[in-house]
Parts: sequence; C-alpha cells; structure tokens
Amino acid sequence: MVLSSVDELSEPLRWPDGGVTRIPYRLYTDPEIYALEQQRIFRGPVWNFLCLEIDIPNAGDYKTTTVGEIPVVATRDENGDVHAMVNRCAHKGALVCLKEKGNAKLLTCIYHSWSFDLQGRLKGVAFRNGLQGKGGLPQDFDISEHGLEPLRVEVFCGLVFGTFSDATPTVESYLGKPMSKFITRNLGRPLKPLGMHSQIIHNNWKLYAENVRDSYHATLLHTFYTTFKINRLDMDGGIVLAEDKWHSISYAKRATFDEAPEYAEEKIHSAQYDANLAGPTLLESWPEFEDGITHSIQALFPNLAIQFTLNSLAVRFFVPRGVDKTELFWFYVGYERDDEEQTRMRVMQGNLTGASGLVSLEDGCINEFVQRGTRGSPEGTGLAEMGGREVESSDHSRATETSIRGFWTGYRQIMDIA
Amino acid sequence: MTAHMDARAAIEDVITAYAHDIDDGALDGWPDYFAPDGIYQIITRETFEAGLPMGIMLCEGRGMMADRIQAMQTANIYEAHNYCHLLGRSRIDGGSDGAFQARTNFNIVRTMQDGGSEMFAVGKYLDTIVFQDGRPLFQERRVILESRRVDILLVYPL
Repeated sequence: MVLSSVDELSEPLRWPDGGVTRIPYRLYTDPEIYALEQQRIFRGPVWNFLCLEIDIPNAGDYKTTTVGEIPVVATRDENGDVHAMVNRCAHKGALVCLKEKGNAKLLTCIYHSWSFDLQGRLKGVAFRNGLQGKGGLPQDFDISEHGLEPLRVEVFCGLVFGTFSDATPTVESYLGKPMSKFITRNLGRPLKPLGMHSQIIHNNWKLYAENVRDSYHATLLHTFYTTFKINRLDMDGGIVLAEDKWHSISYAKRATFDEAPEYAEEKIHSAQYDANLAGPTLLESWPEFEDGITHSIQALFPNLAIQFTLNSLAVRFFVPRGVDKTELFWFYVGYERDDEEQTRMRVMQGNLTGASGLVSLEDGCINEFVQRGTRGSPEGTGLAEMGGREVESSDHSRATETSIRGFWTGYRQIMDIA
Repeated sequence: MTAHMDARAAIEDVITAYAHDIDDGALDGWPDYFAPDGIYQIITRETFEAGLPMGIMLCEGRGMMADRIQAMQTANIYEAHNYCHLLGRSRIDGGSDGAFQARTNFNIVRTMQDGGSEMFAVGKYLDTIVFQDGRPLFQERRVILESRRVDILLVYPL
C-alpha cells in the first residue's frame, strides 16, 4: 500500500476543531495513515537518525537500520566519509547486509553475488558476460545506473542522519538554533559507547513521540523521579520549542527544588512512595554543566530523543514496526574524556532508564494502555490543553502539554491534513 | 562423596531455589541469595561480548537489590505477570580458591493478564559463588540475555 496524500485515504481525514489540542485516535490505529506516514514523513523532508558515528568508527564499517520501515545501511568508506543507502540489492531486492554491524570492503548480496562499494555503487555482477560466450547481461547494461538507492547524509555531533528528500535543509537549519545548540551541549565532544538494548512497546510510534514530550506525566506516573527529587514540576525548569515547534527540550534544575504543596494535597501516586535508598550510590552524580540543568529530554522530529538525566546520557530511537508496534532503542554513551569514576556513575545511573529503568519502566506499558484504550473508537480524540492552547515555549512551567502540541503541529504540516 | 561434590550439590540447589522463589513471587528474600557486596547484572549478549559495561539492570550490594524490590512493590506501575524459569544443567568449575564458577542456561516464560504465556527471556547465568557459613551465595550473578530486545518492560529480576 503506497499512499502519498490524505486525499487517497479510504475514509476522509480532517483535523477536528480545536486544532492540535485535539488528537484523533485514528492516527494511532489506521493502517492507511501508517502507510502514508512512510511516504510523507520517513521518505519526506526530515532528517532520520541512522546510527551513532561511533557505531562505524573505521573504514569499511557498516551498520544496518531502518528509516520508517525501509531497510538502510550506513557505511564509512576508505576516505573516512559516511554514506547511507537503502539496504536492498538493485537486482532482486534482497537485503544486501544481513548482519546488524560489520566491516567489509564490498557489500555483496548473497543471492546472485552482485557487489557494491561502500558508497553503494554497483561494482561487480557475477557472470556478467555469461559463461563460455553464452548468457550474461545485455551489452548495453549500464552498471552505473544500478547502484543502491542513496540517502543524503549529514553527521552532526556524532549523530548520523539521513534523508531521502532533496528539500530537507541542513541538519542545523532543520533543527534550528536552540535545538542545535543544546545537542552540541550534550553530544558535542568525542563520545564513547557504554551499552545498548531495545524494548518492544505495543503501541503506535507517535504515542511514544508524545510520551517523550510529555513533561506533565513524567513526575506523576514515574514515582522514582518524584520521590528522589530527580525531576519534579516544583523545580525550576521549562520547555523550549524549536522555531517550527517540531522539536523541543524539557529541562529541570535539581538545585532549585522548592517543594510544592500540590504533590501532597492532590494525593499524587508518585509522591506517596516514601523511601530512602538502602543503596544510595545509585544516585551518586556530579554537576556536569554550569547552566544548572540536571535533567533534560530533547525530542527531535520524527522519532529521536536525547536523554540527560543526572549524568545518564542516552540516545533513544523509536522505530515503527507496524501500526501498533514500536521498537525503542536505548544507546547509552559517555564521553571519551570521562574518568573511571565518571563512567561508573553513568553506568550505575543507567538503572534509572531503559527497559528496566526505575523511573522509566512505566513507559513500556503506559502507551500500550492508550493503544488498547483507544482501539475500536477511531472517531474519538485525545486532549492536550494543559498549559493553554498555544504552541509556545514555556519558561517556568512544565505543567504543560505545549511540546505535544508542537509535535502535532509538525505532524499536521508534513502530513498535510486540513 | 568428596567435599567438592557436596559443594556442587549445594550450588545446584541454590540455583534452583533462586529460580523457584522468583517464580513464586517470593522476592523479599531475593537479596539474601547474594553475598552482602554481591553484584547482580542483566546485560545483553551483544554488549557483554563487546566488553561494554552498561546492561539493563545493575545492583551492587544487597541494599541496591532491596531498593529494586521495594520500588517494584510500591513505586513502579506495570501489568502484573508471572515468570516460569526453565533451567538447564549447570556446569560448575573452580573451587580451589573457595569461589566456584557456574554457567546455567535459562528460558523464562512470562504469563500476562490476558492469559498469554510467552517466551520472555533466554540466556545464561554466569555465576561466581562463594560459601559463607556453609551457605552458597552469589558473589556475582551476570544474566546474559541472548537478545538485545525486551518485550514491554523488565521489572522482576531474572
């Protein structure tokens, strides 16, 4: 099913009254909309995260991934340049690279031994001239026209991005100044990998895109944040939206904690858990930046987030695996300059997030609960009016859904939904 | 029967009892399977074989293990489920310096509220076991998951 416009949907789609404060449930469940997203978003004018530069440090290294559902491979060539192309042989369409990661001089499809260089150019066709003068490809077959389909690639702060569209501006203009600056703060120095795992969450990918932007839920659902005063709405913090609203940062400054009575008065579940850690080294941390920000989640359209909780730095990449299934990757990193003690603290704080994260594990199921709750009611809508109906940055409050409204602003534009 | 054979039987018993306790939901005693400064880690095979330090869960000492259990019982929110551990026969080495190494394959089936019983985790335990007051304790238990991928979330220890 290839769809390129909302006009081609079997059931017409219009955005409900109320703009981005109303989110149609249908967007989470309709397979046609999911198909349309593949074309308009993932093949459209966005920068898709492909891998970390440290995944492919050496000449010949490659890493496979997907852009939406499209299989893609990122490579580093002999000159050190990074490339990306669709991981699909120009001959029959078989996957070329089968392993998740590897190193090769040529990428060879195992089906008929067609081989491609690290830029994706077709270099060799088995039995091109046939055998004993018989068979083979026609004389006028031009191998220069049968390379792997390329993506434009840009590396920014150790993140390798790819796009299928000629219309996508540079990564820095796509993200805008405030977003680029904050990525540079967090990732703008040599990185080192610490570990990786992924999580299958049984919900549409956009529910996680909302969830990761949802500063309102973070301290209500996630008890651990609240109890141990890692992230609460009564700390100085805010939401910064990109100029175009598509991307955003939620941040908090732990040192500014000023206990608000509402947590106790409203009997917030997450403030009921009164505990002192028997193993307090779990939360040992050091102040890394002079700006005082100790917790941040930066969400980049369409499906990437960068987490910096205390000293735990991770790239979260959530990949659609069907209309109601998403694979959420956690790439934990530190800096090359980290000493042993700093690495130890980052590793220990890894307990806070991930599939088993003391603060984040609820996100593994909460989006599924929305998916299950909205099933069978495509005409229904969700609400996003916390913090008002505007889609603007919020300087001093994170009791807002402005960042979610920002995501839907971008989504509605790129999907061209009237 | 040598002392070594006695140790072997005790180690096999503790590896079995550990799994049964988790399957039975008897998690309060989980930290006591470890030496006071014992280490518990769940890590993917890919990360472990790459020699990288960051797994999915890490506890150093019984205090951190007790914190995990307390958070799980009182703080974290998730759909309740059960595990059923299926263990392979343990290979046990060492013992000359008082510490034994054991390797045991496992397959853990998880049953959710909707009644589905599905394979949740498969891998191996790599254990270092010491005897204190005649009791075998995990000085270190590394849970190496074959897959990098966890379905939904991982809250009960494996």
